[in-house]
Amino acid sequence: MRDVAVVGFAQRQMPEFDGSPTCVELLVPVFKELYEQTGWTRKDVGFWCSGSSDYLAGRSFSFVQAVDAIGVIPPVNESHVEMDLAWAMYEAWLKIQTGEVDTALVYAFGKSSAGVLRRTLALQLEPYTMTPLWPDTVSLAGLQARAGIDAGAWDERAMAEVANRSLTDAEKNEHAIRKGGSSVEELLARPMYADPLRKHDCSPVTDGVAALVLAAGDKAREVRERPAWLTGISHSIDPMGMGVRDLTRAPSAQRAGAALDLGGVEVAELHAPFSHQELILRRELGLGDDVVINPSGGALASNPMFSGGGIRVGEAAQRVWSGEADKTLAHATSGPALQQNLVCTLAASTEGNQN
Amino acid sequence: MGKQPAAIIGVGQTHHRAKREDVSMAGLCREAIDRALLDANLTLDDIDAIVVGKAPDLFEGVMMPELFLAEALGAAGKPLLRVHTAGSVGGSTAIVASSLVQAGVHKRVLTVAYEKQSESNAMWALSVPLPFNMPVHAGAGGYFAPHVRSYIRRSQAPTHVGAIVAAKDRNNALKNPYAHLHNEGTTVESVLASQMLWDPIRYDETCPSSDGACALVIVDEDTARSSPNPAWIHGTVMRSEATTAAERDQVNPQAGRDAAAALWKQAGITSPIDEIDAAEIYVPFSWFEPMWLENLGFAAEGDGWKLTEAGETAMTGRIPVNCSGGVLSSNPIGASGMLRFGEAALQVRGAAGEHQVDGARKALGHAYGGGSQFFAMWVVGADKPEN
Amino acid sequence: MSRTLQAPVTVAFDYTRSTGPVVGRFLSGLRDGVVVGARTSTGQVVVPPLEFDPVTHEATTEFVEVSSVGTVTSWTWVPEPVKGQPFDRPFAFALVTLDGADVPFLHALDVSSPAEVTTGMRVRVRWAAERVGHINDIACFEPLAPGEAAATAPAASSSEPVTGVVTEVSLDYDYAASPEESLFYRGLNEGRIMGQRCPTCQKVYVPPRSACPSDGTPTAEEVELSQTGTITTFCIVNVPFLGQKITPPYVSAYVLLDGADIAVLHLILGVPADEVRMGMRVRAVWKPEEEWAYSLENIDHFAPTGEPDADYDTYKHHL
Repeated sequence: MRDVAVVGFAQRQMPEFDGSPTCVELLVPVFKELYEQTGWTRKDVGFWCSGSSDYLAGRSFSFVQAVDAIGVIPPVNESHVEMDLAWAMYEAWLKIQTGEVDTALVYAFGKSSAGVLRRTLALQLEPYTMTPLWPDTVSLAGLQARAGIDAGAWDERAMAEVANRSLTDAEKNEHAIRKGGSSVEELLARPMYADPLRKHDCSPVTDGVAALVLAAGDKAREVRERPAWLTGISHSIDPMGMGVRDLTRAPSAQRAGAALDLGGVEVAELHAPFSHQELILRRELGLGDDVVINPSGGALASNPMFSGGGIRVGEAAQRVWSGEADKTLAHATSGPALQQNLVCTLAASTEGNQN
Repeated sequence: MGKQPAAIIGVGQTHHRAKREDVSMAGLCREAIDRALLDANLTLDDIDAIVVGKAPDLFEGVMMPELFLAEALGAAGKPLLRVHTAGSVGGSTAIVASSLVQAGVHKRVLTVAYEKQSESNAMWALSVPLPFNMPVHAGAGGYFAPHVRSYIRRSQAPTHVGAIVAAKDRNNALKNPYAHLHNEGTTVESVLASQMLWDPIRYDETCPSSDGACALVIVDEDTARSSPNPAWIHGTVMRSEATTAAERDQVNPQAGRDAAAALWKQAGITSPIDEIDAAEIYVPFSWFEPMWLENLGFAAEGDGWKLTEAGETAMTGRIPVNCSGGVLSSNPIGASGMLRFGEAALQVRGAAGEHQVDGARKALGHAYGGGSQFFAMWVVGADKPEN
Repeated sequence: MSRTLQAPVTVAFDYTRSTGPVVGRFLSGLRDGVVVGARTSTGQVVVPPLEFDPVTHEATTEFVEVSSVGTVTSWTWVPEPVKGQPFDRPFAFALVTLDGADVPFLHALDVSSPAEVTTGMRVRVRWAAERVGHINDIACFEPLAPGEAAATAPAASSSEPVTGVVTEVSLDYDYAASPEESLFYRGLNEGRIMGQRCPTCQKVYVPPRSACPSDGTPTAEEVELSQTGTITTFCIVNVPFLGQKITPPYVSAYVLLDGADIAVLHLILGVPADEVRMGMRVRAVWKPEEEWAYSLENIDHFAPTGEPDADYDTYKHHL
């Protein structure tokens, strides 16, 4: 396997973007930032891959105009997944592994605020017996949170601890749209929203875009002194049915993590759009108390649809670039109640590359 | 490090129909998957990863349907990817699935692409009105017809060439039991007599709207040894450009030309018309056959129609095109590209049944999408590539 | 003035789903007032039935009728229902394991406050008065008081197997034009056709773009375009389609406005369709000013100017 590293990351996040659902206006400055980070032009990028959703935008082929932001004369080697940025990165990583290209820029965008996000996402469900009930995302997460509380897997205090830590850490993240921790007691004193969830247990509706740059071997070393080498990457999916899976667990996250060497991970960026989901993920990935979780504030501070997972990769990569950590973990999720999960490790050294 | 060898050892497709009211979405996909697995002599348990492709989610009204389908497709507990690159998606999906093997990540990959267009109305889904705008286009036909007119003007092609393509593909479809349209007795004259829908495109020159699915099993070299007739992948390419750009060539798009050039190079092909034995080209409107013959380099610019008119794209011609009946005979949009890729594999495996080109050794699978700005292609061969 | 123009848009379609035999069996049961599950290869009774077995992957064939009374295994409060949910007032969603089933299934639970729900409580199906073979044939679950039994379902209207179901999908969006497109639509509201020039390749785009598709740089310098132009290519639309606003036959044409480097798509009227030609010179014909809005529809159509046709060489690179 080739050594491939994350060498660039840029993002934009906001509660409500007033521009086009194609988000081209946001992608242009993000690409510019990445060209500055890497010293490249668009012609140095071997492969492009994007992630987005037609239903988020409310129109078919919502992604086709996004390639304008690249500037596509001459034409480019390009693909698109109807998935989060993290899976777009996976496709690009594959492309580099085949030897066809050495570099890739992956991006994702979504204007969640264009519709009623928690309702739009009901269209992700089984269409015959679930979607017609319009179970919204918050309700499905509520069912999961209750299942864990009833089973004694976690409690409201543990959920509040996650929220408090996230909102406190988010104060240091200029991109976070919700921030400001207080105390666990204060959070617990706030009213219930979708019992057993309080508003701070749920990620805020966020518009935004994000992009990552991947490079192989020496190409990566040319860009950064400490590239964040993707030493392991794995993903898996569970059945959707809320009845047929143990909602207190995320077997696909466990499988993805078990395929990697997670020893020595110092920082983990987990894509947990609801507070209790972080607790599930920590358990499934076997992350101990010595691992710093979501120093960016995580998805509870901002969660732009279709880039929220990839942003975790970017945040985890930055900790390696800066020298703050030698090995970090990033996780992305998709689907209702942690149905699909991707885990990767990023390290300052290529030793132990499992790929 | 180069690409690991990869081969297609299983091809499955559904019986394509305007409405497959007998099956659910999962049932439709499984019909294709089960046939592909049977062909490959594997079971779902043998599969390492699954790649799903389909065109816009608005067609079926399910956002990311692969999530709810995961368990029925046998993907639970496995990696699953979902590709969407407009009409080229069936091809792109097969390419992403191949890259899983070519990268050395997996040994046995299943890929499936589908569309259940009868759940909604494709014209509606493609033309949802946007505020401030003006809905002038009338679906895909309305989009492509002006560019067909441009081609005819540029190439000075006789106006019946489109009808030749339609008659050929509809007759080829009679040899394909899975094809949606089995219109006996289609002739150039009958096509020319059909209603003019989007002048210069006639009714019989347009693709149908179909429910259908296609699945492929793509494996590594070791696994391929167990197959009596693997189709080896000799080259894969994807290229994209903008839908609309100043002075963009919409008749002979640069992305298609670039893709073809890169593909032939990868596959070690110097004269496509001499070295390709069968081509499955994405032709949703008849005139796109001569247009793509030029774009792909089978003919010089302006000369594509001459091959068609001379019968060279018929099953017995120099470059048989769409022996399966092509998109003109079956068009489950998301699967249409994969059907082209799968039919190319069937040809080099000698498994195309009645529409087999005798002795086919190398074949092209081609798909395009959007406003002719997304291209995906592969070359497959009966022999393992040397490099 | 806001930076961009915004307007509501609804994306709605009544999807006609074919259910296949398994989901169809479940929905037929609901229509008949019976909840049908299916047994998996490991012996579990699952409701609604899975179409394919999770272990053997075989199609499901062994159906089992279960009770319409069951136990809540998890629930959540819905304080602000969204459109389409079973109630438009606060309610609970619950996972309920019906007696005779091994796993729970999801539906609404009709209670007036979260205080009335507990995990483990007994509930029963409240049947809809009219049942057609749809998940909403179950109106909801309702609490079951001690001693109460299953609710009886009124007789069904039909006994034919259910093979299809209609699902209404209607989503409301706030659509926004990009800042560059907003400039274009605002111009139209003043009777002007506004483009922008790409600072990199110098091409004039109409409408202007957030990124020039050739270069990736936003178009910038404003250019007011001529109201006349040349038809590069066109088609005659003879086919009616869902959502169509213009009655066929009509000519849809690419019009290269003088001074622009990209054609706009519009209608050609004022000439019989079969007399429209590539190269024909046309002029914008506007609707009466009182009908103007921020829309390309302010230009009613383009009509021939009567000038001689443009030479093919002047527009052939725009095809």
